[in-house]
Amino acid sequence: MIEVKNIHKTFGENHVLKGISADFKEGMCNLIIGGSGSGKTTLLKCMVGLHEPEEGSVIYDGRDFTRMNFETRIEIRTEIGMLFQGSALFDSMNVEENIMFPLNMFTDQHRKEKLERVNFCLERVNLAGKNKLFPAELSGGMKKRVGIARAIAMNPKYLFVDEPNSGLDPKTSIVIDDLIQELTEEYKTTTIVVTHDMNSVMGIGENIIFLHQGEKWWEGSNKEISDTDNEELNEFVFASKFMRALQKNKK
Amino acid sequence: MIFHPLGKYILLLKAVFRRPEKWNIYRREIFHEMNSIGVGSLGIIAIISVFLGAVTTVQTAFQLVSDLIPKSVIGSIVRDSSILELSPTISAIVLAGKVGSSVASQIGTMRVTEQIDALEIMGINSPGYLILPKIIGGIVTIPMLVIISIGLSIFGGYLAGTASGAVTAQDFITGITTDFNPFTFTVSMVKAVIFAFIITSVSAYQGFYTDGGALEVGQSSTKAVVISCIAILFADYVIAQLLL
Repeated sequence: MIEVKNIHKTFGENHVLKGISADFKEGMCNLIIGGSGSGKTTLLKCMVGLHEPEEGSVIYDGRDFTRMNFETRIEIRTEIGMLFQGSALFDSMNVEENIMFPLNMFTDQHRKEKLERVNFCLERVNLAGKNKLFPAELSGGMKKRVGIARAIAMNPKYLFVDEPNSGLDPKTSIVIDDLIQELTEEYKTTTIVVTHDMNSVMGIGENIIFLHQGEKWWEGSNKEISDTDNEELNEFVFASKFMRALQKNKK
Repeated sequence: MIFHPLGKYILLLKAVFRRPEKWNIYRREIFHEMNSIGVGSLGIIAIISVFLGAVTTVQTAFQLVSDLIPKSVIGSIVRDSSILELSPTISAIVLAGKVGSSVASQIGTMRVTEQIDALEIMGINSPGYLILPKIIGGIVTIPMLVIISIGLSIFGGYLAGTASGAVTAQDFITGITTDFNPFTFTVSMVKAVIFAFIITSVSAYQGFYTDGGALEVGQSSTKAVVISCIAILFADYVIAQLLL
């Protein structure tokens, strides 16, 4: 479990996160949702240490990440897998080298063992045999899947996913969402997904946190989200014509 | 105004020299950078060096109007100018353009495409992994390029001198072998090592702190070249003042 306690983050005059506290549960897809500029990605970056919050703490299974120095953070970071919005694959490396990279850095396995792990991860994301392709040769959906394969290469306890569906068609988005949910259930990871895609919210949102103007406005599951009377959340959820039509039919 | 970036640069260097996670991976990266910086720059360094020597010979001969000064002096001047100033400094300025812009844009692109964030999430010391191999690669190969440049510059001077009739082959060889002070070569190597450090570290700093997108990567690359060139000329003066 990851506990976030009273996180504050400012950029110059802009107070982006205003005392956010939340619990992200193990073996579950935890979603952080909200409109553009609500602080979703900033919260995610504070949780993984890419931004340092001015106040508050992030606790990984009882270990206070925010109070650790670079060396002691490495232990937790090797337990983290992350899929970035743009996949962040290393351009100079092919698919195999990208996935093998964390294994090269942090394990003493023989090349054969590492290759087996790479092939397993690639099979898991339905990209078996694509080892020698370079990122420039991959489609957006394939890049996301290679990003996921790299994120799970070290068998992470915590999986962070930033906007997994950005730039993808609806069909590929569902493939990625399903993959994230399967991996979460299979490896019992604490998965945190930042998204504003309502398909993801309704599909995999077991525990959802809604951010609005840097504050937590609502917390619940995808089963509860359409029945809430929270005005800001309703505006966000039913912003699309599709969701409004669904609500109408439901009524 | 200058203190904030200077402080950031020093803190970045502190992170660069942190103990590497795995030496064998860093070693592989160092060889890769040595190939990229050293072998990749050999052609341009060879071309400019030959012409530097040739121009120095022709212009020195043009200014030597007195019959009291032996023509062999041309060889001595070409040798000392090449060793002390032309090869290390001009090579460094050319390399600041070629290597510096490449380093800044490579690291800058990694920054704006979140590849550096990905390294940090994995628990890798990104300044060390990305910058240390470039600094070591530069420090090893740029002095070698300067040595090659010195040889080719003198050779260029010889070719131009003999081809134009400004100096005979015998006089030129007498000139380059007379009164050689080996300390000039030491000064040249000190310059090469310091210039190599400036080119790689300043450019890496500019790339590492790129913020924005493709436009900012281009701006970082330009700033890397400009700041490296100024720093090289400043260091050139300081080294000359201290060592000569």
